[in-house]
Order: sequence, then C-alpha cells, then structure tokens
Amino acid sequence: MPRESRQNYPFSAIVGQEEMKLALICSAVDPAIGGVLVFGDRGTGKSTAVRAMAALLPPMRAMTECRYACDPDDADGWCDECRALGPRKKKPRMVPVPVIDLPLGITEDRVVGALDLERALSQGIKAFEPGLLARANRGFLYIDEVNLLEDHLVDLLIDVAASGENLVEREGLSVRHPARFVLIGSGNPEEGELRPQLLDRFGLSVEVKTPAELSERVAVIKRRDEFERDRGTFIETWRGADDKLRRRIVAARKRLREVVAEDAILEKAASLCMQLGTDGLRGELTMIRAARALASFEGARSVEVSHLRRIAPLALRHRLRRDPLDESDATARVERAVAESLAP
Amino acid sequence: MSFTEHAGRAAALFAVDPFGLGGVCLRSPAQPARERWLRLLRESLPEETPWRRIPSNIPPDRLLGDLDMAATLKAARPVAERGALAAADGGLVVIAMAERLGAHTASLLNGVIDSGQVRVPRSGVMIEHPARIGIVALDESEAAEDSTPSSLVDRLAIVLDLHDIDPRASVRSFRDRESIAAARRLLPLVRADREVLETLCGACAALGVSSPRIAWLALRAAKVCAALDERTNVSGNDLALAAQLVIAPRATQLPSEAMPRDEPSAQAPADESRDGEGASGPDTSHSDASAARVLAAARAAIPRGLLVRLESAHANRSRSPAAGRAGALRAAGKRGRPAGSRAASGRGRLHMVETLRAAAPWQKLRGGGSGERLRIASQDLREQRFKVRSPTLTIFAVDASGSSALNRLAEAKGAVEMMLAECYIRRDTVAVVAFRNSTAELVLPPTRSLVRAKRCLAGLPGGGGTPLAAALASVAALARQAQRRGETPTIVMLTDGRANVARRGAAGRAAAHADALAAARALPLCDALFIDSSPKPNPLAREIADAMKARYVALPHPGAGHLSGVVRAAASHAPLHRRGAGSSRARIHERRDRT
Repeated sequence: MPRESRQNYPFSAIVGQEEMKLALICSAVDPAIGGVLVFGDRGTGKSTAVRAMAALLPPMRAMTECRYACDPDDADGWCDECRALGPRKKKPRMVPVPVIDLPLGITEDRVVGALDLERALSQGIKAFEPGLLARANRGFLYIDEVNLLEDHLVDLLIDVAASGENLVEREGLSVRHPARFVLIGSGNPEEGELRPQLLDRFGLSVEVKTPAELSERVAVIKRRDEFERDRGTFIETWRGADDKLRRRIVAARKRLREVVAEDAILEKAASLCMQLGTDGLRGELTMIRAARALASFEGARSVEVSHLRRIAPLALRHRLRRDPLDESDATARVERAVAESLAP
Repeated sequence: MSFTEHAGRAAALFAVDPFGLGGVCLRSPAQPARERWLRLLRESLPEETPWRRIPSNIPPDRLLGDLDMAATLKAARPVAERGALAAADGGLVVIAMAERLGAHTASLLNGVIDSGQVRVPRSGVMIEHPARIGIVALDESEAAEDSTPSSLVDRLAIVLDLHDIDPRASVRSFRDRESIAAARRLLPLVRADREVLETLCGACAALGVSSPRIAWLALRAAKVCAALDERTNVSGNDLALAAQLVIAPRATQLPSEAMPRDEPSAQAPADESRDGEGASGPDTSHSDASAARVLAAARAAIPRGLLVRLESAHANRSRSPAAGRAGALRAAGKRGRPAGSRAASGRGRLHMVETLRAAAPWQKLRGGGSGERLRIASQDLREQRFKVRSPTLTIFAVDASGSSALNRLAEAKGAVEMMLAECYIRRDTVAVVAFRNSTAELVLPPTRSLVRAKRCLAGLPGGGGTPLAAALASVAALARQAQRRGETPTIVMLTDGRANVARRGAAGRAAAHADALAAARALPLCDALFIDSSPKPNPLAREIADAMKARYVALPHPGAGHLSGVVRAAASHAPLHRRGAGSSRARIHERRDRT
C-alpha cells in the first residue's frame, strides 16, 4: 500500500536475505516463472522486500483507456473491449507495473469486481467496476499471510492464477477480462499450512530466517534506523544502486530469449526431479525457466549447472511429496539431492 | 524500581512516541489498575489527542472506512466515510478484548501500522487517509487461552502485564505532560551508536527473540527513554529499560551465560540510580552500556510465569506466549465473518450496499433516476450473510506414564504428524495433552502447523503415575474453549485406563479411578474416542470410556498409521469425507450405541 507514497525502503539496502532477493529478481526478469512464496520468521522484512521490488520494475506500455492495462503488442491477450476497438491511434501510455496488495479481510466482490454503484445509481446503467484482479493484470498480486487467506478467496485465486482470466457472473453481470499476474505470497509457517493447489501456483519458494550473525542483525537495525531518521536522504543514497539493478533487470529481460539451455542441462534437471519424486512437470519447467532468468541476469549466454544448483531449492522445495516419517525438512532433502545429481 | 513505577514509565515512554513504538499490549483483567493506567496514559498525551476505543469484532468497513450510505444516497454518487483508524490519526486506538481479534482484522491493523495510512479501493473512489496511530491492545486472556494475534503483538513495542500488580497501588506519573512534550521534540535528535545496537541485538539473541522488528522497536524505546531524560545519546539505563519493556516479555530462552539466579522480585533492575519520582536531568554515569547489565535487567523483567516455564525441563519446546498460541489465535477469527449477501428472508441484517446494487439497475424502469428518490422494491432487499465455520479441534490426550509411555508417545506423535501432513487440514487443528506423574500438560496447543507440531512433540518425557482425572479435566477445559470459539472438539484418549493418581495428586487406585469417572462425566458434549492400549481390554478403561460417552477401541499395539486411521474415521478428518461429515458423525453415534 505505501507504494505510491514513494517512501519505500530501497531494495538494494536490504541486508542479507540473498535467497529472497534472488527469487524476486528472477520473477521480475521472467514473470512466467510464476511468482514467489516467502515463508519465514516474523519481522524479517518479507513485505519490505516485496514492496521495494515494486520500485525496481521499469514502467510498461499499456493501451490507452483500457481498464486492464492491456499490452499493445500482445493482441492475443487483449480484453474484450480492446478487441472490439482494435488497434488505437492514440499512443500507448507508460504505466508503472502494478503491485497490488490483497488484504486478508477483503470481500470477494472487491477482488473479482462488481456492479458499478455510482453509474448504476446516477445513470441507471449496469456497468462493471473492476476489482483487484483487474488492477493486478500484467503486474504482481501480493498477499501477506497468505496461509491465513479465506478458503473462498483461495479457490478463486487458484482458478484465476491458472487460467489468466477472471470470469465474473454476478448481479446480472457477465464479464470476463484478462487477469495475468505474478502471485507473491508471504507468511509464517507456524501459523498454518498452505493448500497444495495454491502452493503449486507459486513458481519459487523461499525460506527466510532471522540472521544468525550478530553483525548482520546489527546491520539490519542500523540501516532501518538510518531509513527512519531521514527517509529522503536514505533513499537518495541508494538510488544509484537501485537504478543499476533496474537496468540489469531490463537487460536480462531483453537477453532472456537468447539464453540457451543445453540438452545436458535439461537432462540434469529432469534427473534431479525424478530423484526427488516431484509431482508433474511443473517443477522441472519452473526450474529451467528460473535458471534461465538467473543466467540472463548474470550475463551468461547459457544455463550452467551452477545456475541450476542455486535455483533448485527455490523451485523444488515446495513441490516435494510429504513424507511424515522423514524428519528432515524439504530444503535439506533438495540439497541432498542437488549434492548427488548436480555435483560440480 | 517497583512494578508500579515500571508501569508508569511504560506509559510515559509510549506517550512520547505512540506511532513510532507502534503500541502497547496490556495484559490484564478488567481491573481498576488497568483503568488507572489508561487514564495516566491519556493524561500524558496532549489534550486534543484522538482516543478511540474499538471492539475486537469491528467489521473491516468500520475499521478502514467505506461508503457513507446516507451521503451516497443523497448525492447519488459514492461518498466515502472515514473508518475508526483514520479517525484516530495522530492518536491512539484502544482495542477492547484484543485476544478475541481475528487474524484478518489483525492483518488489516498491521498494514495500517506499517504504512501509517489507510487505503481502501471502493467502487469509484479510493478511500485514502493518513492514520498514524498507536495501538493499546487490552488483552484479558488467561494463561491457557488465546491471546492477541502474534503478528500484531510483534508490532507493539511494549508488552505490559498487570496481572500481578497490587490492586490498590496507584500508578503514578513518571513525567508530566510538559516534559513528555519536550521529549517528543527532542526525539528526532537522539542518536544511537553501533555499540548500542550491538548490545540490543545481543540481548535479543541471548533471550531467543528472533524478530528483527523487536530489536528495532527496542532501539526506538531506548531513544525515547533518552529523550525523556533530556539527552541525545542512548545510555545503558535506556537500554536496560528498553530491554525490560520490549524484549524481556517475549523471551523464549534464558541467557546461556551463568546469570545470577536471583528471584526476579529480589533483583533490583539496572537503574538503581534513579528514584523514579520524576527526577530529571542528565544521567550519563551509565553510558558504559554493558551488555551483561542490560541482560540482567531484562531477565528481571521476564514475567514470572514465563520464567518458570523457561526454567522447566521443557524450555526448549515452548516459545513466547504470543508465538506459542499462534495456532489458536487464528481460530478466534473464525466466528461469524460477513460473507456476502443473499436475498432477504426478513430475519437477517440488511446489507445496504448490496441492496442498492440490486435496486440500481431498475431505477430507470421504475421511473426513478438521478436526483429522484431511490425506488427500492422488496425483491431488492439483501441481507448480510455470516459465515460461522465449525472447524474441528482434535485433542489427543496421551498417557505418558509407566513403561509403555515412550511407545505410546511415539505413536501419538506419529499420528498427529500424519494427520497434519496427509490431510492438509485447512481449518482443523490438533492439540496434544500429555499426562504423567500428577499433572496433565498441554504440550501442543491447538495448531494446524506441522512445523510446530514437530517442534513441540520432539522429546516428550515419559514415565511415572497415571493422573487420568487431571488429564480429563485438562481436556475438558480445552474442549470447552474450542466450543466457545465455535469449533467442534473431538477427543482422543490414548491410555491403558489404569488411573493411579487422584485429582489432588494423591496415589491410590480406587480414589484415582473414582476421580477419573467423575472427570469423564464432566466432559462437555462432543465426539470422543477412547483407545485402550493395555495388552488385554481393561474393564476399568471401558468404564471410563462409557462415562466419557466415548467410542471404545481396544488397540493393544497402536501404530501411528493405524491410530491416525481410526481417528480419521471417527472425526471425519479426511478431506474426501468432509462433505459427509454429518453422516460419518452419525455413524459414530450408531456404533456407540451398539457397543
């Protein structure tokens, strides 16, 4: 929510939490990876990082006067209105990539959209007032404490996140519009599990922990103290680093298609997934995609084993089948398998 | 420093910087001391400071704001109305019975505390208001009950427990309104050096407080404390007080160094030099901030109950009270949430917005329109639907006595973990009570988190007598709590039924058995399963099972898989069986009749 206040904590100023930053950068480079789930201790800056990422995203081109910010270059993904009107003469506008908060207590009509009360009352017109899913189109949808989300909202998200389309049937309205967004969730695993179907919608998952090193803890508090004392100066200090990071993300996006993944790499990814017994192909596909995004971000021309090794825990740990008799947690299991399959 | 002075200082500190410190979690029953503390706080704030008391069941639209229906109708266009938080901008929000706050309401509050503003997108309007507020969460929970959602408590700097305060003690002002106002002006100038940060982070680490937010809030509190003393550098005294008010109440472990093991009350906290009577003036004699002293001060401020728990053998299992009850907290939010609307039946509460939505499209046809009176027909009326969930709480009561204890514990532990892991219980929770020697202990408070269950159940001790009566009493309390929250408890007793410790802790089989029968009859009405783990079915166990109105199953060697299967069948836990919950429950009753 404080996104528009331009008082966000700069992404580059976040101390430690390398894995979380890596996952967020990868999904900024390639939104098709399918979002990030950040699970971990309280107060570790999960929300801060997500909101800071919003400021890193370069603005995007959008159709003028389109409520769903359709992409002028992607006619296949247009909403019905854009299709009906066809290509417009007016220049596309540049808009910031939306990062929309989905608060827990929100009602369903705010999420999917509802009858426009103003126009209905003043003009007697039955019109659709888009909800959060419309605003999140082509951007990010952020749910803090995602494991506490109400079931009916979870059902809704599971469907929309998979189809990329929001279907509204209510109050005599029948509307469908594109709703392709990257799902970012955060939460504390001590408070409850996530439905496996929803878990599966997240491309990458990250575990954040309180820094163990005293010096790192001190650095976290020190930075926060500086930020709170003089936000303007602090943000100015880090602007250069954030700008540089943004340029790297833009460059990585452009190069993404040129980054090759050799067959040997694909085989390694497949054997790792087989060894871990992950369900379906999604884990494998996500891992390759994310490894490609990482390679591109780091300026590599092809995906290397080192990329796979770093991405594997993020892409696979939430896709393992539960084994209640195996005491070791998912991360340890992935790391064990990585050590065996992807030995340097 | 006496406890009342401690409370007085907390009030002064909070009054200086309500927004920066986030708030106070005030653990206390409704008692005059609490009212006096609140009055003191109010008197410490500038006169015009907003002060809003909200109930814990406040609906989101009242909390954050929504359309003003009267104005919207009159103007025939959406007119926004401020919610309680925006109305309290620059002041305090007092939450009555914060322990009953739902996780959802808490998360809305958290967002506003973090950002200092309210933003609600509503049809055609964006409701946007500054809301720089401080929270006072009045938490009346008793030891074993739910407390304020931990995500909220993590944002409130000060945790103050008034349970042990002398009811007649007068909480006196530590600083007057003028010096508090002066401290507020001085606060932005207060600096903390690296040494200070290291001491605070070190204290957090030593006390097992992992959230960096707490270290940050403690720093803020230390700065406020310095400002109150008219200094611009943080001293050792400031740190000690910050550690006491902010860090100590959340301790999950005791410092590992050999700390003096004094009684907390006997140990003078670190600021002997102050007399607490409003003495002001620079106090730099303590600038040699020694980490040990800060820790000693923090240790002295650890609540007594928590200290006992931390010092007990199972210290490694329990976390801070707030974190420890996270599983149950969420459940508190499950009662009757608004869930959309439906055509009015004439009994429910009118849902204005939905009614207008339903009426709006017909206005032209009905001859209404802009500026005209709205024409609402009976078929437009919509009423609020409330969703009352009835999630299941499965309470395992595990006999940890005697020689077979370890076996039984391991099986119960396995069964709990399997149930949580396999079923992905979305709203159902599991709790474990273990009983041995003379007491029953809630070793796993209601939770649906596998992570927590694994941690809590690791290394349960076994052996000793069988206090069946105590166990049943503990289970009954848990079940009643669940029912109050609108949950459906299911009890699973896992024991050989050979009670040998009576209610008051005395040994003796006959008395113990009689007590157990009495306790069994006192159980609230709910599904119960009695698993007799003795080698041969035990008639005494059967008797207790009957007194509990429980289904009796003899399972001499219950394996984890078998056990969870039996329990699932009884409690209809499996998602596949969910729809048929009613029928499978009926089936249990039927079997009970046959046995």
